[in-house]
Formats: sequence, structure tokens, C-alpha cells
Amino acid sequence: MITGATFWIATAIKVFAIVFGLVNLGALLLWVERRQSALIQDRMGPNRANIKIFGKEFRVAGLLHSAADGLKMLWKEDFVPPGADKLLYQFAPVISLVPPLTLFAVIPFGPSIYPDNLRRVFGSEGWNAAAGYIPLHISVADSGILVVFAMASSGVLGAALAGSSSDNKYSLLGGLRAASQMVSYEVTMGFSLVGTFMVYQTLRLEQMVQWQVDHAWGIFVQPLSFLLFFTAAVAETKRVPFDAPEGESEIVAGYFTEYQPMKMGMFALGELVEVMTSSALITTIFLGGWQFPFLKLDGFHFELFGIAKPIYMSHLAVVIISALSFVVKVAILVLLQMQIRWTLPRFRYDQIMKLGWRILLPASLINILLTGVVLLFVNGR
Amino acid sequence: MESIDQELDESELELPAEPMTLNMGPSHPAMHGTIRMVLKLDGETVKACDVQPGYLHRAQEKMGERGTWQQFFPYTDRLNYVSPMLNNVGYALAVEKLLGITVPRRAQILRVIHGELARISDHLTCNGAMAMELGAFTPFLWFIKAREWLWEIIETQTGARMTHSYGRIGGLAARDTEDFGARCLEVMPKMLAVATEGESLLLKNRIFLDRTQGVGILSKKRAVSMGASGPVLRSTGVDYDVRKDKPYLTYGEVDFDVPVGEDGDNYDRYMCRLEEIRQSVRIVEQSIALLNKIEKGSPEDEVSVKDPRVVLPPKEDVYNTIEGTINHFKLIMEGVQIPAGEVYQYTEGGNGELGFMIVSRGGGNPWRIRVRAPSFFSLSAVSEMIIGGMIADIVPTFGSINMIGGECDR
Repeated sequence: MITGATFWIATAIKVFAIVFGLVNLGALLLWVERRQSALIQDRMGPNRANIKIFGKEFRVAGLLHSAADGLKMLWKEDFVPPGADKLLYQFAPVISLVPPLTLFAVIPFGPSIYPDNLRRVFGSEGWNAAAGYIPLHISVADSGILVVFAMASSGVLGAALAGSSSDNKYSLLGGLRAASQMVSYEVTMGFSLVGTFMVYQTLRLEQMVQWQVDHAWGIFVQPLSFLLFFTAAVAETKRVPFDAPEGESEIVAGYFTEYQPMKMGMFALGELVEVMTSSALITTIFLGGWQFPFLKLDGFHFELFGIAKPIYMSHLAVVIISALSFVVKVAILVLLQMQIRWTLPRFRYDQIMKLGWRILLPASLINILLTGVVLLFVNGR
Repeated sequence: MESIDQELDESELELPAEPMTLNMGPSHPAMHGTIRMVLKLDGETVKACDVQPGYLHRAQEKMGERGTWQQFFPYTDRLNYVSPMLNNVGYALAVEKLLGITVPRRAQILRVIHGELARISDHLTCNGAMAMELGAFTPFLWFIKAREWLWEIIETQTGARMTHSYGRIGGLAARDTEDFGARCLEVMPKMLAVATEGESLLLKNRIFLDRTQGVGILSKKRAVSMGASGPVLRSTGVDYDVRKDKPYLTYGEVDFDVPVGEDGDNYDRYMCRLEEIRQSVRIVEQSIALLNKIEKGSPEDEVSVKDPRVVLPPKEDVYNTIEGTINHFKLIMEGVQIPAGEVYQYTEGGNGELGFMIVSRGGGNPWRIRVRAPSFFSLSAVSEMIIGGMIADIVPTFGSINMIGGECDR
């Protein structure tokens, strides 16, 4: 690994790229969501916001709608309810936005880069193995997935604090629902991944990807775990069908009823960033992370009918294809989550609890047991 | 040896708790129109509920007494504003009963068709809104799209989409256009296809079924004693539909079924409405066949009675002849002269039995108009439907009785 000043510069660039990218993609997702829902619901969708340049209107397929939305939020009056706990009230949106951003620190979004060997084929002649590499994830933490759990579970604080500090009964109900729902599904989320740890023999996400590159994608090894984790992740993002904390028609807007434009925007952004991070997590753990099928570090290796035909590629091209494949996988999962949102009705609070504790949790425990038994036979220990 | 926890009684370990009072409404995003519910909550469970209607009270019945008989039509549009034509027809029939006239056949059939179009749009809106209250946004917008096609037809016929005041004493405001029947027949299958599509999103969905079945139960006995009618009553298993049990207009000539539920829960109410849409389509299709059978130019072919004391003269007469001008003036300024008497006329509105009790002491103004609004009676059953349930079920249950503020509070 590269050390010294280069390391710090690279880290700074990665942090900036991820934070800047995620926040802006959040706004883009708002547009995607509107477009997609319009498509599903057979209506027009955003198409009015425009910029006039030389008398011509530019609408950019409704993209400006999100920009106009953001501007509107910034310029609206920032009103704090008189009975609210000022500090916690102001702090809650930050708490709900920061954890999903932080969580991205341990997710690898590409293979390690060897900056000195960009134009060479991996492992070929002239490959400078001694030169350092830059891992394409911000934090190289041994705790890995535990950081993810820690961050994901602190997200509940934002909703709970928002609910309790707003001095509104609807907010309180929403906050209560959010707290109990997220805590419950946290348990399933953790247990459903234990099976994958047992298979991968590691907690570090980059090593999980490496395992999948070497063997098979996690979704094929641990299908039940994938389903459980996906469900729990959707529940964690508090979106339909698990949007009881928001409960639009029954408790007005749930825990952020009393929030004004930009703070409400932060909750919304936090939710969208959470959708992206959970998709990125699922991609990393179950869908082979940045791996593109048949792509090895030195190029494509197709093996069909016993005929192996490698196509060698430069290191830079491999890195770019891998990173793009990561992005595409995440995008597919995000779109899937949005599709769910516009298809299903909402669970009732008690049904959510029942599903979490009586179905998902036992299922994840059974998954652990099954994985253990299978591993015992396979490894013969 | 005594066990350590012998002294501990579990009930004493519970923290002291008292119910939370929550004001839902009158301005709450999901309270249709304006209604207030004062709830006593134990966590998420509703312990007590006080439903308070009246926030949309506009003294419509009193306003009716101030104007002439004809001037009440725009007010009836604003009773159940989702199905205005049904109210128009109900009121017109009541006045005509007092007057002792029967409208020509064409007008009768047109009233049936327009009424059924209004009923379909009412049920589409209600079912869609109920799905939306359960968090399923997409079916709602699909149903609204289908409703739009119906409203386009209504707009071509009446000139307005919602509050069209198309009914008149003694007939209708205008003749139907040439392509009316064809357009209806074209839209009906399209509308049904959308309804089926929306249905497929909900009725095979475990979440929707869990959220509606067994929720907001109303027993047969209670429904009858509350005076509920329409889909709310029929969902409990009582086979009562004014169109079938006391046919008016041409309902006796068309063949249709009355869907009846079993449990009286949200699901049954939803299904009753869905099935009624299908039955209404049957009525519309048969009525258009009846309409086409009418001989052109015969007295049956008129859309209003030929009685200058009741119906306004044609505009060319008003502007060109003195008789026409005076006739118009008298009808507008003094109103239709209705003989003294009392009458109660009831029809099947969008939400059930819509009755008009009118009292005349002769002359151009009603002495008293009293509207029996179906949703007012259904509303009285709401509190017992939601007590014991959860907060999340209040709004869908409330939506399933389809309380329309304009009609309930008048």
C-alpha cells in the first residue's frame, strides 16, 4: 500500500469523491424516483422547471426540477417550533444524514490501483510489483462490516430524536415507530450476515469481494441470507412497504412532521443516501462487489467448452470496467428498491414487528445453522 | 425455601401509563373533507374515539329555501361532489314527484347513464383513495386516469367536469350529442381494463389483504340500526339497493346484480365497490341499447317535458317572441310553481340511499328541503369500527365508508 503524502492525497480525493458524489447522486435519485414513478403511474412526471438561455427553454428531461427543489428548500423560512428542544431538533437531521455517508468508508468500489503500472497488463513483463497500490475504499479497517453495523444502527437516533424533540404527537408516534422498527430489523440484519461471514471467513469487505472473485458470488452461496438482508435493508431505509414511521396518510409525515424545508430535505437526502449505501452493501456482500463477470485482474478470461481465450487489458481499463460494474450493480438495486416503493402498500406497525421477530429473525438463525452444517461437511472439520 | 421473586406481581411492574389524547383533524392530510376525531390512544391502539363532523357545514338546506326550486340544482352538485349527477337526479325526481310529471323516456335513460357514469367515477375515486391510504400510490393514479376518461364524456355532454348541474326539473339541460353512446361504449372496456390492472396490484398482494381483511368490521345488525346504506350496508350482507328494490327511471328494465359482502370489513367494502363498477358498466351498456331503440322524433325522444310552466323555452323564442320572453322571465324570477305538499323521494346515490324530503306550500320556493345524506349515517358507525384497532387502520377504515364532507355536513 502507498504510504506518506500520496496516501493522504489519495484518501482526501476518495473522501471528497464519495461525499460529493453521494450527496449529488441523492439529488439525482430524487429525479430518478420522480421519473420512474411517473412512468409506472402513467403520468407526465417533472417537466416544467427550465432555464431560459437566449430565449430557448432548456428542461433537461426534468432534471432541473430537483435543482429548483433544492433552491426552494434553501430559501424557505427555517422555523423551529416554539416547544421543541432546540439543540436536539437541529441536530436530528444531521444524525440521520451522516451515518449512511460514513458507512461508505469501508465499501470497496473497485480493485486496488497501482498508480505506477496503469498502462501495463497485470502480472505481465514490466509489472512493477514493488510499487505501492491505492485501495479503492477509504478506510482499511479490520473491523470492516462491524463499522457498517455501528453506523447503520446509529441512524435510528436521528429519527428517534427528531420524533421526541419536535413537540408534536404525530412526530412522537413516528419516532417511536422508527426506533422500534429499526432496532428490530437491526437484529435480523446482523444475524442474516453471520452465514456469509462463516463462508467468507472474514469481516473485511474488500476480502469478501476477493473471496467472491475467487469462488462465486454470495447470492449463489447464501441465497436465503441475501433475501433476509435485502428485506432488512429496505426496512432500515424506512421506505414503502416499511414506511410506517413516516406513515404519510395516518400520522401526517411521522417523525419529520415539524421539519421545515432544508432540514426535511436532509431527512429525504439521508433516506436516498441510505438507499444507495444499502444497495452498495448488498452489491459488495452478495453480488461480487466490483467484479465484472469473466474479468480478471489482467483482462477477460472466457472459458467456454473447454476453450480458454484470454483477452489481456491494461490495468487502467480493468479498474475502470470494475468500478463501472460496481456502479451499474448498485444502480440496478436502487431501481429495484424504487420499483418496490411504487408497487406495494404499507405494512401496519404490528405487522412489521411480527414479520421482523417471528419470520425474519428465526429464518436468519436457521440460515446460520444450515450454513454451519454445510460448512462442517464441506470442510470435513 | 421461598423463591426470591415471590413478592413480585407482574402487574405492579408495569410503568404507570395514561392514554394519549390525539386530535386527528379537522385539517389532517387524510381526513376527507374536514372532520375531527378525538382519539384516546394506548400506544398504537385506539381506546376511545369521538368523531365530530360538521366542519363543512354550509347550511345548504337553508340556502335551498331561499332560492327557487331550480336554483337548488347547483347545491346538489356540491353534496356528493364525486358523483354530482346522482344528486341532480335525486332532487329532480323528488320535485317531479310533487309536480306529478314523468320525464320523457330519453331523459330517463340519459339520467340513468349519467348517474352510472357518476357512480363509477365515485367508486373509482373511493377505492383508489383507500389504496393510497394504505400506501399504494400507483393504483390511485391509475383509477384517476380512468375517471378522467369518464369525465371527458361528461364534459362533452354537460359542459363541466364536476359540478355540471345537468339535471333540470322536467328533464335535462341539453340533449346528448350524436356520439354519446359510441363514446361510452368505447370507454367502458378501457376503464374496466384499468380497474382490473389496479386490482391485480392489490388483490393478490399479501400486505393489502392483511391490511383490509378483518379490519373495521361492522356487523349486519349494527349497520341496519345505524341506518347505513349503499356499499357499507351491502358489505355486511344486507341485500338492499334502491335501484333493485324500488326501481325508478329505467332501472327496472336493465339487468344487473347487487353485490353483497359477508363480513362488513374494509375488504368487503372495497370488493363491493369494485363489483358495483362492473355492474354499472352493464347498466350503461344496456341503457345505451335502450337509447338506440327510441324512435327518432317521437315524443319519447325528447330530453325534457313540453310544459312551458316547468321547462324554459328555447333561446330563440326568448329573444324573438314576447311570449317566450315573458315565459322565461316568469320561470326565472318566480320559479316553477309547485303545488303544496310533502314528498320523500329516495334514490341510490354513490354512498347509498340519497333521500330528498321536500315540503312545498305552493309557489316558486321550497318551504323546506331536507337531504338524507347516506354518508352521515355511515359515519355514525365509524367510531365503533375503529375502536380497538390501530392508528394505521383509522384512515383506511374511514376512507372505506367514503364520507364526503359536502354530503355529510351539507
